[in-house]
Amino acid sequence: MPIPERRLRELEDLANLARKRIVKMICKAKSGHPGGSLSAIDVITVLYFHAMTHDPKRPDWEDRDRFVLSKGHAAPALYATLAEAGYFPVEQLDTLRQVGSNLQGHPDMKRLPGIEISTGSLGQGITVAVGMALGLRLDKKNNRVYCMVGDGECQEGSVWEAGMAAHHFALDNLTVFLDRNELQIDGPTEQIMALEPLADKWKAFGWNVIEIQGHDINQIVKAIDDAKETHGKPTMIIAHTVKGKGVSFMEGSVKFHGNAPTQDELCKAMEDLDKFRGCQI
Amino acid sequence: MSKEDFSEVKPPWKMSVNNRDAFGQTLLELGRENTNIVALNADLSGSTKTSVFAKEFPKRFFNVGIAEQNMMGMAAGLATTGKIAVPSTFAVFATGRVYDFIRQSIAYPKLNVKIVATHAGVTVGGDGASHQITEDISLMRSLPNMRVVVPADAIETDRSFRTVVKEPGPFYFRIGRSATPVILPNEYEFRLGQAYELRDGKDITLIACGVMVPQALWAAEMLKKHGIDARVLNMSTIKPIDKEAIARAAKETKAIISCEEHSIIGGLGSAIAEQLVQIKAVPMRFVGTRDCFGQSGEAEDLMCAMNLTAKDIALEAEELLKK
Repeated sequence: MPIPERRLRELEDLANLARKRIVKMICKAKSGHPGGSLSAIDVITVLYFHAMTHDPKRPDWEDRDRFVLSKGHAAPALYATLAEAGYFPVEQLDTLRQVGSNLQGHPDMKRLPGIEISTGSLGQGITVAVGMALGLRLDKKNNRVYCMVGDGECQEGSVWEAGMAAHHFALDNLTVFLDRNELQIDGPTEQIMALEPLADKWKAFGWNVIEIQGHDINQIVKAIDDAKETHGKPTMIIAHTVKGKGVSFMEGSVKFHGNAPTQDELCKAMEDLDKFRGCQI
Repeated sequence: MSKEDFSEVKPPWKMSVNNRDAFGQTLLELGRENTNIVALNADLSGSTKTSVFAKEFPKRFFNVGIAEQNMMGMAAGLATTGKIAVPSTFAVFATGRVYDFIRQSIAYPKLNVKIVATHAGVTVGGDGASHQITEDISLMRSLPNMRVVVPADAIETDRSFRTVVKEPGPFYFRIGRSATPVILPNEYEFRLGQAYELRDGKDITLIACGVMVPQALWAAEMLKKHGIDARVLNMSTIKPIDKEAIARAAKETKAIISCEEHSIIGGLGSAIAEQLVQIKAVPMRFVGTRDCFGQSGEAEDLMCAMNLTAKDIALEAEELLKK
């Protein structure tokens, strides 16, 4: 069932606010990864403000759902979301990548509440998520583990080791989003190291595979609900996204995989985002 | 002086026991006491002796197949849910193969993962250099948050592993493949970060770890016949290293020899030297592998071929003191 129109608008507004904060904090830090943060933010927004059971006041609460950002370079998207949710003051976003900051270039669980595992080296977060899902099941807990991998990240062999294991151990408490923005640092994924047919590959690995438009809040919500109803196997939600989504000159741009916008570009980005109303394409 | 001059001395031990069996048994016993302990393996559960744990606790044992990277990541994930995760495989795969997973997902977040590496060093034997890692201590020792323990015999394997499991945070626990002489008393108590003096002496200190501890003890017997009084320290905790024991050795004896079944680059010897140069240094020599790969052969023959025997230690001591 689609979510009510008002709730949909709320989530779109939260994602839009996060988008502005992502671009702003990366501009201030003068380095970071805007492209993959903007492609991931709608999914992360839905997870923290709609789907996941969690309590920002109790980041260590045993019965919380977990989110692992395996593509750790999208840290600004996670930071913007965690700050808005109340894990730490929004003002801290301005300290991204500065000496002594809790907001490291890639997430550090020892510094920042709400980070479930430190990530950054690709292909590792998903293996940790498999361990989390096993640990929770061992304790007969019903909480779920969510994870997000990048599409380029799927070139790491360990992603497929984790894929094999999650199916082998029948981890239906694990849902992974694959942020399919089709770009990596050196260019289009299909030119650098072809990934397709991605959905067929994950199906062949025994996963429940759902393909969605990854900026459509309704589709994200529905996919998560479908994953919850799937038993005996993990779910891979391939979210077709646009790198840099919402900022005209960043959309589909390889340059903004790992480059900060200038002050002028920031102003232009804010203008774009003032007009941008979320998901409908 | 040559190695032959030390030939008549008999080894100072009665029996040998496999450290892997001791580890397997201790893991099983700890598993009975603590339901939070989970074990992981990568298709080598028989060799690492985690199979005994697997048999009694199948739900707390995860064989990931031949996928060591995933094993380390899963261990980290299990640790985040409150488990004490014990991944184990051969040392060569438990370190070099998965170094970045240990670095990023275990050491950096300081998770409660106890990496048990078996088949370390050249005593792996017949499998050859591909399976004989002699740089694992170096790799693990240089990692922030990681502590490194190399037990000498079956008694210490048991005692030290209990401490490793009790002490929160990541550990690298290194044992070999072959049966090892039992040299510690049954009442031995392991203290993390403290060297154990097996024998006092005033002329020279032999500081050893792992399978080289019995060799050092034997070397001390050989040296005794030649009028040299050697102290023998079992430095089973490589990190944090026992600075005081090294300082005492430098103060009370005239020279130090490190003895390890590991490269002289980055291992126990390096850890000792790093401390020694900061205090009143005494002459030091290193017994270990010399920047080379191993080869196939029987464990004992390889120890001889790579100059890792009691005689090699004794000869180094003689020469060092003669200087």
